[in-house]
Parts: sequence; structure tokens; C-alpha cells
Amino acid sequence: MESVKLIIDDKSVEVPKGTTLLDAAKELGITVPALCHMDLSGIGFHSSNASCRLCVVEVEGRRNLAPGCTTLATHGMVVKTRTPRVLNARRINLELLLSDHPKDCLSCSKAGCCELQNLAETFGIREISYQGEMSSHAKDTSSPSIVRDPDKCVMCRRCENICREVQGVGVLTAVNRGFESVVVTAFDRDLDTTTCTYCGQCVAVCPTGALTEKDETNEVIRALADPFKTVVVQVAPAVRTALGESFGMKPGTLVTGKLAAALRRLEFDYVFDTDFAADLTIMEEASELLDRLTRHLGGDTDVKLPIVTSCCPAWVNHLEKRFPDLLEYPSTARSPMQMFGSIAKNYLAEKISVHRKDMVVVSVMPCVAKKAECARVEFSDDGNPDVDITLTTRELASLIKRFNIDFESLEDEDFDAPLGESTGAAVIFGTTGGVIEAAARTAYEFHTGETLEQVDFEALRGFDGIRSATVDFAGIDIKIGIAHGLANARVLMEEIRKGTCEFHAIEVMACPGGCIGGGGQPFHHGKEEIIRARQEAIYSEDASKVIRKSHENPHIKKLYEEYLGKPLGEKPHRLLHTHYFNRSGKKTK
Amino acid sequence: MTLVQAKLSPNAVRELQSICQSFGNDKGELINILHKSQDFCGYLPPDVQEVIAEELDIPVSTVYGVVTFYSLFVMEPRGKHHISICTGTACFVKGAMDVMDEFKLLLGIDMGETTPDGNFSIDSLRCIGACGLAPVVMVGEKIYGRVTPDDVINILDDYKDK
Repeated sequence: MESVKLIIDDKSVEVPKGTTLLDAAKELGITVPALCHMDLSGIGFHSSNASCRLCVVEVEGRRNLAPGCTTLATHGMVVKTRTPRVLNARRINLELLLSDHPKDCLSCSKAGCCELQNLAETFGIREISYQGEMSSHAKDTSSPSIVRDPDKCVMCRRCENICREVQGVGVLTAVNRGFESVVVTAFDRDLDTTTCTYCGQCVAVCPTGALTEKDETNEVIRALADPFKTVVVQVAPAVRTALGESFGMKPGTLVTGKLAAALRRLEFDYVFDTDFAADLTIMEEASELLDRLTRHLGGDTDVKLPIVTSCCPAWVNHLEKRFPDLLEYPSTARSPMQMFGSIAKNYLAEKISVHRKDMVVVSVMPCVAKKAECARVEFSDDGNPDVDITLTTRELASLIKRFNIDFESLEDEDFDAPLGESTGAAVIFGTTGGVIEAAARTAYEFHTGETLEQVDFEALRGFDGIRSATVDFAGIDIKIGIAHGLANARVLMEEIRKGTCEFHAIEVMACPGGCIGGGGQPFHHGKEEIIRARQEAIYSEDASKVIRKSHENPHIKKLYEEYLGKPLGEKPHRLLHTHYFNRSGKKTK
Repeated sequence: MTLVQAKLSPNAVRELQSICQSFGNDKGELINILHKSQDFCGYLPPDVQEVIAEELDIPVSTVYGVVTFYSLFVMEPRGKHHISICTGTACFVKGAMDVMDEFKLLLGIDMGETTPDGNFSIDSLRCIGACGLAPVVMVGEKIYGRVTPDDVINILDDYKDK
């Protein structure tokens, strides 16, 4: 690997050829400010438009200032990052950006975690010298998950790039020119009429309040205050790896105990764990996988392989809109969140003698697509949803702060029984590769009748966009494919369409990294190490558990004995499975 | 911007598809394809953009971004008589904006729009090199020179009955 030597702020540094000045400066501990730049190349996303012009630096011999994010270091370059000329240019560029930006920081949902606001503070902006016409675009609140406020757009293009390149969907684009330019949907249509899957990655990468999630904290407060409502809460695996970040804790700190304690302080009537339902999902999905495998290998051509996971709602939306001809491939099992809702409103409600209409099920998810998922008509009974409200990790953090709870000082507590006990297989749902690994642990034992000694399937782990591994089920080779990021999922789906797919099972997560990198998680602001730390936390929680296979969860066993019968039976079919719809707007052949 | 809802006939869809195919369905040829498609349809409403997006396997938002970026591409049908008001330096200095305001007032439409009866549309133009005649207005291919706001009504009368 060729390297180049250059001088930045009178210090010498040697970097590989192809390194940008921004990254070269970082090697010396010099942080050049940037806005539109985002580098998550380790998990498949890189966005550098050099449009904000805040990362400009002086390069000796070059007449104009150079953007650090796209200018490559060359041998013998002499760079200065903080001369008066550079500082002045950055200030002017930032003031120009601010001159056409709404000044409602006090009531903006991004206050405190807005990159533009942070830069204004860092640069010591005290007045904006440029006054003029202000952009005026309509806010789009059509989607149950995402709110678009184009007036706050700074044209960084992160959302456009992640939606088009990483997700292969391309809902957002830059339109018009000059003062009129803005990032919107095609024809400025409402989000809910587009191919948007609500994955929320645009929200996760937006530096300002232009793209945010729909806030439902007030609905939850109302439910909690209603004396005639029994409010039940469930929390997803990925939440416990990231919630601490909202309270200044180190990324990757597992806060499971504090999370349960905080939810109790918020006065939820029952504090349960979505992980319990993840174990339930594995019971159904592993059984379905084996059933399909046996029938398919036995010659039944009506049964389709590969089986594709369906717990990711953004993925299901994408399937229904983009691959309506492949709706026989996803598992019919509902997501853990929805299985939980169904069990809570049927089994639990009966057990505690509460009518389902008087029970409010709230879920806390790392996801914004879940807000749309719980509103699906098929997940309700006579107009009453199985899951009433979904909050993101960020909204929960906001609620905890609003209720004056000192999160960091909370003592660890446990979840309530019987819907709070879970295995290590359940918690790994939060990362890419986790769902299929959990399924493999159970499917292996269900099929072979033998005990699985080596529970860790290292071959299924990692951050590569498309991975594959072969798992030995006592002589039969089961080929597993994994994709995260919808553009990667498309590659596998096209193979299925062509008939060249060799996998027996495929796991798809819409968000890079899986749920840990979800659209509802605390903002990572482009720091890849945060997502990696969250993944480490997931696997460490799994390793620390005594029971690591879903079917060994005693509460799950009891639920089947007492109530559900057998996996894939009549009651599970009615309460825990679903079907899919052609939402492409086109007829399939 | 009000979107023109125009339903394409099956034949028109086929023609657009063959335009795309004549460029090998190469997404790098989007601008050329849009140019030919606009020549065929007269303008590029959402339906046309969706056909092109489908054929080239690119998001329709990408097509829309290109269409809105270039002033050559229009999403509303131009009027029977398209009025172009030159706003280049000489014409600007000689009062082109007042002429523009008069056209807007008399026709009741804004720049880039078309009258409801489809007769007139107005847009601005950059220097056509007739600066000696500033301010200049073109209606179709015909050039009017030294136009004052008072002339506007007479110019429009020329086309009222055609």
C-alpha cells in the first residue's frame, strides 16, 4: 500500500494513498469541522458531497480553499486548517447556511443533538449577517413514522445517498436549482404514497431536524395517566445496548437492569421484554423452516425455499412494494413485537381479567418502521390494535428525562413475569445475523434431537453486507444467506427471481448492522465505533445468559403447554402468524 | 407547483419505452432520453417520468431531480403561444421586469405557467443577442423589440384569435 507524507498545521503525518485531508488530519488528532460528510464505510455507507464547504482548509500552492472531505492527500502537501482565512471562510459559509434556516431551535425535536446547532455553537456564531428571503416548504406528516420538514434541509444529501445507495429505494432527491433547491420526494408527494419502507435511515443520518420521527410520547403519557387503562410495555433487544448513550454513558454499555427500573418509575403496569416474544418467534419460525425444508426436499414443489425472515417491518414493506411476486418466500411468523402484542391482548388480558380494550400495549423499539407496523389492520381485533403505540429509543429517553428520573443512578431491576424471561438467542435478534443464528440453534435440536454443544455460529456474524454460511444439521448442509441494507437484500431476491438462489434460509435486516443501527436509536452522528460497540454488547449479553436456546425458555414452554398447543398449530396460526399483500400498485403475473 | 395529471395511452407508453430502448436502457443517457421524450410528448408529467424510471431501473426521484434541474425540461404543457421575456443584462436594465409584470398581470399566470385555456405560457429567457432591441420578447419564433408595458396588450391581441 503506497503511502504519502504531508504536513498539516506544521506537523508531519504519513497516510495511505487515497486518504482525504479530513482523515489525514484526524490521524494527528486534528478535527476539521464538517457537516455534509458522513463516513460509515465499515458498514457500507459513505457520503461526501463537499456541498456544505465547512471543512475547507488552506493548501499551499492552491489559490482556493480545498474541501477536506474530498481532497486527497498528496506527497509533500502543506495544509493549514485554522488560519484566519480558513476560520473566516468557515464562519461565512455557516452563516449563509443559517441565514435560510428556521430559528425554532427551542421547539425543534433535534435541539441538543443537531449537528448544525453544534457547529453554530463551536464557531461562536453570535449574529447572522445575511438576511433575506426564507425558503418555505410544506411539512409532510403523512407517514406514521417519519416527519419531513424541508425548510430545515441543508442539502447535505446524506438521506438521498443512504436511501438510494444503501437501501436501493431512492425516495428522496435534490430538486430545482439555486435558492429553490431542496431535498424532497419525487413530485414532492407525501411520503406514504411513495416506495418508502419507513426504515428511518434517512432520519438516522439527517444532521438537522429536516427528517425526524413522529413523536408519540404524549400519547403514552396520556395512557399512563388514565386510571382505567392497564398499560403494558415491551422493550426490544437493541434498545438496551444504546439507551445509555442518551444519558452520557459509554456506547455499548448494557443497561438492561436500569431500563427495567426506569420503566417501572414511569409507572407502566407491567414491564415486559420483547425478547420473550423473540423466543416465541423462534419456536414458530424454526418449526416453519424445518417444515418447509422437509416438504421441499421431499418433493413438494408448492413449498418455496429459501424461507426469508419477516421480523423487520421495513423489509416487509419493501417486499410488498418491490417484490410482490415473491410473497410466498417470507416466513408467515409475525415479528416479536407483534407476537407479544397478540399474546398480551389475548393470553395476558384473560389471565389478569382485563378486557383488551382496556389494555394499552406500548413497545419501545430501535425502529421507526414499527410505528407503521403496529397500525396494520391485520394486527388488530375489531379495531383494537395488538400493539397500540410504538416509541423509539430516543422517545423513551425523552420520557425518562421528562419524568425527572436520574437514569444513571438507578439500581438494576428485572422484567416482570411471565412475559419478561428470555434466552440468549432472543437478545441477538438485535444484530444482523442474530435472527438466523437463534433459529439455527433451535432448528438444529428440533431436527436432530441432539443437544447443540457449540451454540455460537461465528460464521453468521460480522458486518459484511451480504454473508453466507453453511450449517451442518447432522449430515444435511443447510445454506444460509444474510443481508443487511435493502440494496443487499435485493441482490438475493433477484437470485430467487432468476431461480439461481442456493440458500435454504435468508435473514434480511433493512438497517445497516441490524436493529442496533435502527432509525430510532440514539444518533451515532457518523461514528461507526458506536454501532460496533452496540453489537459487542448484544453478543456479550447472549454469552452471559444461562439459557441460550429459545425452546429452553421455561416460560415459553409453559405458554405452549397452557395456551398455544404446538408450534404451527391452530392457535399459533391465528395469533402468531400473518400473510402479506401486494402493495406494488402493479399486478403480478 | 400544480402537477398535471396526464394519463398516458398504451401506445404512448410503448413509444416512450422504445425511446429508452433506442439508448440501450442506459441510465447514463437519461438526459438524452428525456430530451427525446419531451419532443414526443411536449412535456414531462409524472406519468412519463415513471415510465422512464421503470425502463431504466432507476428511482423516479432521480428522474424528477434531473427534470427540475434543467430549464429545458418542463412538467406542464407549454401554451399554444409560448412567450419568452429576455432578462439578460441589457433587457433587464431597459425594464424587462416591468414588461414581465404586465404579462403576468394580463394573463393571470406566473413565470413557468400556462393559462387555463392553454393559449399562452410565459417564461424568462437569457440573452438572445438582440441587445440593440432591448427589451426583447419572443412569442414562438417571432421577436418583438423595444417592448414597453403598454405594448403588451397589443402583442397579446395579435394572438387572441389564432
